[in-house]
Amino acid sequence: MLKTSGITHAYDEKLKFNFPDINCGNSQTLLVLGQSGVGKTTLLHILAGILKPNQGEVIIEDTNIYKLSGNKLDKFRGQNIGLVFQKPHFVQSVSAEENLLLAQKMAGNNLDKKYASELFETLNLGHRKNAKTYEMSQGEQQRLSIARALINKPKVILADEPTSALDDKNCEEVIKLLERHSEIVNASLIVVTHDNRLKDFFNNKVELI
Amino acid sequence: MSLLKLAWKNIIHNPLSLLLNLILLTLGIGLINFILLVNHQLKDKFDKNLAEIDLVIGAKGSPLQMILSSMYHIDAPTGNITIDEAKPFLREGHPLIKRSVPLSMGDSYKGYRIIGTDYSILDLYEAKISTGKKWQHLYEATVGASVAKELGLKLGSKFKSSHGFNDDDDLEHEHGTFTVVGILESTGSVIDQLLLCNTESVWQVHDHAAGDHSHENEVEAPSQENNHNHDELSGHDHDDHSGHDHDDHARHDHDEHSGHDHEDHTGHDHDEHTGHDHDESNPTVHTSDMSRAHLLEHGDQEITSILIQYKSRTNFQALSMPRNINSNTDLQAAAPAYEINRLYDMMGTGTKALQLIAILIAIVSAISIFVSLLNSLKQRKYELSLLRVLGGKSSSLLSLILIEGLIMAFIGFLLGMLLSNVALSSLTSSLSDKYNYEFESWISHGWEPKLFVATILLGFLAALIPAILAYRTDIHKNLSVG
Repeated sequence: MLKTSGITHAYDEKLKFNFPDINCGNSQTLLVLGQSGVGKTTLLHILAGILKPNQGEVIIEDTNIYKLSGNKLDKFRGQNIGLVFQKPHFVQSVSAEENLLLAQKMAGNNLDKKYASELFETLNLGHRKNAKTYEMSQGEQQRLSIARALINKPKVILADEPTSALDDKNCEEVIKLLERHSEIVNASLIVVTHDNRLKDFFNNKVELI
Repeated sequence: MSLLKLAWKNIIHNPLSLLLNLILLTLGIGLINFILLVNHQLKDKFDKNLAEIDLVIGAKGSPLQMILSSMYHIDAPTGNITIDEAKPFLREGHPLIKRSVPLSMGDSYKGYRIIGTDYSILDLYEAKISTGKKWQHLYEATVGASVAKELGLKLGSKFKSSHGFNDDDDLEHEHGTFTVVGILESTGSVIDQLLLCNTESVWQVHDHAAGDHSHENEVEAPSQENNHNHDELSGHDHDDHSGHDHDDHARHDHDEHSGHDHEDHTGHDHDEHTGHDHDESNPTVHTSDMSRAHLLEHGDQEITSILIQYKSRTNFQALSMPRNINSNTDLQAAAPAYEINRLYDMMGTGTKALQLIAILIAIVSAISIFVSLLNSLKQRKYELSLLRVLGGKSSSLLSLILIEGLIMAFIGFLLGMLLSNVALSSLTSSLSDKYNYEFESWISHGWEPKLFVATILLGFLAALIPAILAYRTDIHKNLSVG
């Protein structure tokens, strides 16, 4: 469950954002739509505990995340928030599977190779386990980044333009995977995008202006 | 996946810059260690070969040259001195001198020096016979362990000496075929590199070299004169210094061997022991008498130098002895400890220059590590942000980059050690030709931990700034741009 109240953020005098309050329960989904420059990434970073807003609160489950100190916030993020980026980025020097295990390690969780294998299978990546991430196709990379967002069974999954680089077929596949798997782990799914193709997949929508 | 494993994967992910860093680091560390090794082992050998020698007496010239030639056998001698001049120091019973060793040199066999001397040299270097026996008769040689091994000399082996100290067949003497009668145990000192024979063998070889027509007169006449001299001198001096025993002995010796029966005796001797064509050409010096008194009888013959041990190093008279010799005689006396320290000082300048170069290379390698980490940081800024997003602490990023620097330093240290020891073992043959010394590689000298710490510190410093930059990664900014 993720809840915000009264978030505003200003980079400088001219660039100020006031964000609507968000409330997204467990297993629920929310689409945040907006054109470029309306603060989509800013909002996502605020929700993910990456950027502290000037004002307002972000509450995940029962934790007001910006009340946490630096290292604790990093750890909380690792354990409770799964992030999917527009352009999937990985640690280049290690294999696909090791990227998943690294995510577990960084979050301070015990390695669970079995769960990692399950994710590989369900995301149709079983044959790419040992591949270097830069050798994988766009679709494979995006599926791998979904797997990484899921590996720590987070409370919230945040996706930043997860489909904008994908064709229609892959777009639908990715969004369905996100929905299905966030439901499986009982997480809130919030997708931030300008991709109008996604409108039809979501019941709950917030538009940024 | 631990940070260590991730750091390792990261540095091998970029093999070219890893290679460059390691080449520089290996060269730097390897060169430093190589210089330390050579320097240390040279000093070690030099110190070992001091053999508690307090004084070297020889012909006037460069004192360092005299010491290098007489004690380390790596330079040409300064010249020769006559037995008459050397007599006071060679005689048994000098009040200040515990042991004196006469050395006659000028010849070599395959680059190893042939030294004419008596048995006192064995005591000086604490050398023992391994097989065979000590040299005694003309053209008998007892050889050091290394010579025997390197040249494959065995008991009964014969070799011809050549003039000078270089391995040159053209300079081989017509006469003077030596026979190996004994091999010494290895001592680790310079005696391992020497071929020892009696002083007369050296004279004999050179008498032949000097030409047959003149030498009979030259040698015979003065040697008789010399006998007189000796008689007189020993009579007086010995009474003063060491009393009757020696006096008697010297007289006795003298009488029996080279006095009245002179001709009979040498002829006889010769027939019995060496009995070749040498006899006719030079009958006087043929003898197997190894006593010091016998040596002193040949007053006008020459030796090269004398190695001396004092009875007491703190004795005031002993301390002033070199000065007295240098100002009052045609001889030169030099204290090895002083000269060798002078040599270290001179060597030190060259060594320091080399060391400076090595340290510069090491610093360049640190800069190279610094630059490559900084570059990789730029390439990986998204990756590092990702690690933070995944829950990594900022201090983990600090550690990650530091570990990458330290791993490179660690590998560089190992490779540097490997390189310096491989270089030393492959160079050891050519170095041992030049210096007559063997170098040992693959042994610890005690400074390795210090060098290790210094190398690790180098890696740490090189990685520090990139690590701090990683620590300060602004993930929001990086991910927004990405």
